[in-house]
Amino acid sequence: MELKDKLLSSYVAFENRVDTNSDVHEIRSKALKSFENLGFPTKKLEAWKYTSLNSVLKEDYSLFPNKGVAVELADVKKYFIHDIDTYNVVFIDGKYSSFLSETTHENIDVCLMSAALSKPKYKATIDNYFNKIAKQDNLTSLNTAFATEGAYINIPRNIEVEKPIQIINFTTGSDAATMLQPRNLIVVGENSHVQIIERHQSLTSNPVLTNAVTEIFADKRAFVDYYKIQNDDIKASLVDNSYVEQQSNSVVSVHTFSFGGNITRNNLNFFQKGEYIDSILKGITISEGKQHIDHHTLVHHITPNCESHQDYKGIYDDRSTAVFNGKVIVEKEAQKTNAYQQNNNILLSDKATINAKPQLEIFADDVKCSHGCTIGQLDDDALFYMQQRGIPEKEGKALLMFAFANTVLESVKIPEVKQRITKIIADKLGVDIGFDL
Amino acid sequence: MLLAKKLKANSTKRMLKIENLQASIDDKSILKGLGLEVKSGEVHAIMGPNGAGKSTLANVIAGKDDYEVTAGSIELNGQDISELSPEERAHEGIFLSFQYPVEIPGVSVTNFIKTAINQTRKAKGLEDMPAKDMLKMIREKSELLEIDRKFLSRSLNEGFSGGEKKRNEIFQMAMLEPKLAILDETDSGLDIDALRIVANGVNKLKSKENAVIVITHYQRLLDYIVPDFVHVLHDGKIVKSGDASLALELEAKGYDWIKQELV
Repeated sequence: MELKDKLLSSYVAFENRVDTNSDVHEIRSKALKSFENLGFPTKKLEAWKYTSLNSVLKEDYSLFPNKGVAVELADVKKYFIHDIDTYNVVFIDGKYSSFLSETTHENIDVCLMSAALSKPKYKATIDNYFNKIAKQDNLTSLNTAFATEGAYINIPRNIEVEKPIQIINFTTGSDAATMLQPRNLIVVGENSHVQIIERHQSLTSNPVLTNAVTEIFADKRAFVDYYKIQNDDIKASLVDNSYVEQQSNSVVSVHTFSFGGNITRNNLNFFQKGEYIDSILKGITISEGKQHIDHHTLVHHITPNCESHQDYKGIYDDRSTAVFNGKVIVEKEAQKTNAYQQNNNILLSDKATINAKPQLEIFADDVKCSHGCTIGQLDDDALFYMQQRGIPEKEGKALLMFAFANTVLESVKIPEVKQRITKIIADKLGVDIGFDL
Repeated sequence: MLLAKKLKANSTKRMLKIENLQASIDDKSILKGLGLEVKSGEVHAIMGPNGAGKSTLANVIAGKDDYEVTAGSIELNGQDISELSPEERAHEGIFLSFQYPVEIPGVSVTNFIKTAINQTRKAKGLEDMPAKDMLKMIREKSELLEIDRKFLSRSLNEGFSGGEKKRNEIFQMAMLEPKLAILDETDSGLDIDALRIVANGVNKLKSKENAVIVITHYQRLLDYIVPDFVHVLHDGKIVKSGDASLALELEAKGYDWIKQELV
C-alpha cells in the first residue's frame, strides 16, 4: 500500500485513541482532508522542484510504534548537551520518556503536547495558538492531522528561563521502519527569554521518516534563541516545518546545523507582526555521500521598521545535493525594512550540486534589501600556504572550512552548543582538532 | 682536536643540493636545468629579471603541485625531497616567505601559528607545545618583529598592508625556526622602516645551523641581509655566481649586461 493510502486508512484507528469531541480534533480532521487532496509533494511543485521524497516514501513505515523499547541513559547521553543543566523533553519512538526528561511547571510550562491538548488548564493557550501560523500545505497538514505529541513550552511574561530546554526525539529501530510526526508549540510571553535546542536522533540504521511541525510565538520584547542540530543516521530523513510569529521588538534567532541524515528538508518561516522586530536565520550545512539537504526559508516582512538577517554556509562533498531557497517578502506597508541575506557555498567535488535561489519580492519603496550568493571551491593557494607552514592537507582543508563557517558558529550563544557543533564538524571532516578561531 | 674537526665539518654541512632542475607549468618550461648548493650558515641571494623563474624556484622547492618537475633532483640534508608533500617539506625545515601572502579570513594570526607549530610537532611525534611556552614565544618573536599585540588577533593577512604581511611572514619564520628559509621578494612593498625591521629579524634568526635564500629583484635588501653568494637567474638557469659585490654590479649595470654577456 502506498504511504498516503496507509496514512489515510490508519485514521480510524487513530481516532479511537484520541478525544474526537475537541476543537483540536476538528482542526485535525480538516487537515486530513487537506492532505487527502494534496497528497505528498512532488517535483511538479515549484517549492519541491529540487527535492524528491519518492525514495523515502517507498518504505513500509510503522506509523504508531508502540513497542516501548527501553533506552539506557548511558547509550544516549552523548546526544544531549549534558555538560550544562537543562530542561529536557525527550521522546522515544514518539512516546514521552519521563525517565530521560526533566520537565517543569514552576512559573513556566515545559511539558508535553499530549497534556496540553487534553487538560482544561491549557485550553486557552491551545485555542489561541495551536495551528494558527502553520501553513495548510501538504506535509504540515499531514502532521496536523496526526498531531498528538511533542513539546509544549509556555513562558509567561517577564521570565528569563534560567537554563536551556532540549527537545530530543529518539527512534530505536524497534520496527523495520518508523514514521514520526512530532508537534511542538512554543509560546514566549512579553519580555521573556528562552533558549531551545532541538535534535532528532535515530539509534539504529533502520529507516526513519520524521515530519515535524513547530510553531513559535514571540510576544513583545521576547528573545528566543533556537538551535536545530541535525546530525542523524544516514537512513533517517527529516522534514522540519517551523513557523515563527513575532510581535514588536522581539528577537528570534534560529540556527540550523545540518550534517547528517538521508534527505533533510527545512521549511523555516518567519512572520513579522509588529515593529522593530529582528529575525535571524543562520545555518551550516555539510554533506557527503548521497545526502540531500534542502533549506527553504521565508521571511515575511508585513510591518514597518523591522530587520531580518540570513546567513547560510554550505559545504558539499561527493555526490551530495543541496538546495538553498531564501524567500523574502516585503509588503507595501513594511517601509524601512532592512533585510539581509547571505548564502555561501563550497563544492568539494565535481559531482556535488547546490541549487541556490535567492527570491526577493519587494512591494515597499523605502527599504534596504541585500542578498549575496556565492558558489566556489576551497582556495588552493590558501591550502598551499597552510601546508607550507606545516599544516597537513586534511587539517588545512578543515581549517579553511571552519573559517568559512565561522560567521555562523560565532553567533551561537551557548558555549557548550558551539563546542558540540565544532566537535561534530571536526568528526565529520576526520580531524581531531577543534579549531578555536 | 677530533671534536673540533667534527664541529667544523658539521657547521658547514651541505643543506640543499639542487641538480639539473627542470620544471614547467601548464606545459610551459620555466626552469631549464638549474643547479644550486647551499650549506648551513650561508646566505644566498638569487637575483634576476622578471620572468627568469625566481618565484618558480621558490615554489618548486616548497612543493607547490601546480608545477611539474620534469627532470633533476632536490636534496635536503642528503634526502631527496621531490616526492614529499608541501607539509612534509615544511616539517623537514623548509620555510617559504611568500611574495604574496594569502589572506585567510576567519583565522587569527595567533591561532594559525599555534596550529602550524602543533601540527609540525605532531608530525615529529611530539605533544602540543604547552600554552604558556607558546604565549612566551609569541611574545618574544612578535617583539623582535615589532608587531603589536592587537595585530595577532586579526584574521590572517586580511586587510594587512604590504609591510604588515611581510613582517607577519618573518614572524611565522621566527616561530617555526626553519632550517632553510626562502624569502621570495620579501622586500617588495616595504618602506624603508619595514625593510629594516624585517631584515633585522632575519639577521637575528640567522645561525650556523640554518641557511637563507633571498630572492630579490633589487639590491636594496642585500644592504641589510648581506649574502655570502649571489646568483643570477636568467631563463631558468643560474648563469653567473659571485660574492656580494656581484649584486652591486647588477644594480649599477642592470640585467641587460648579463644577457649580453651570454650571447
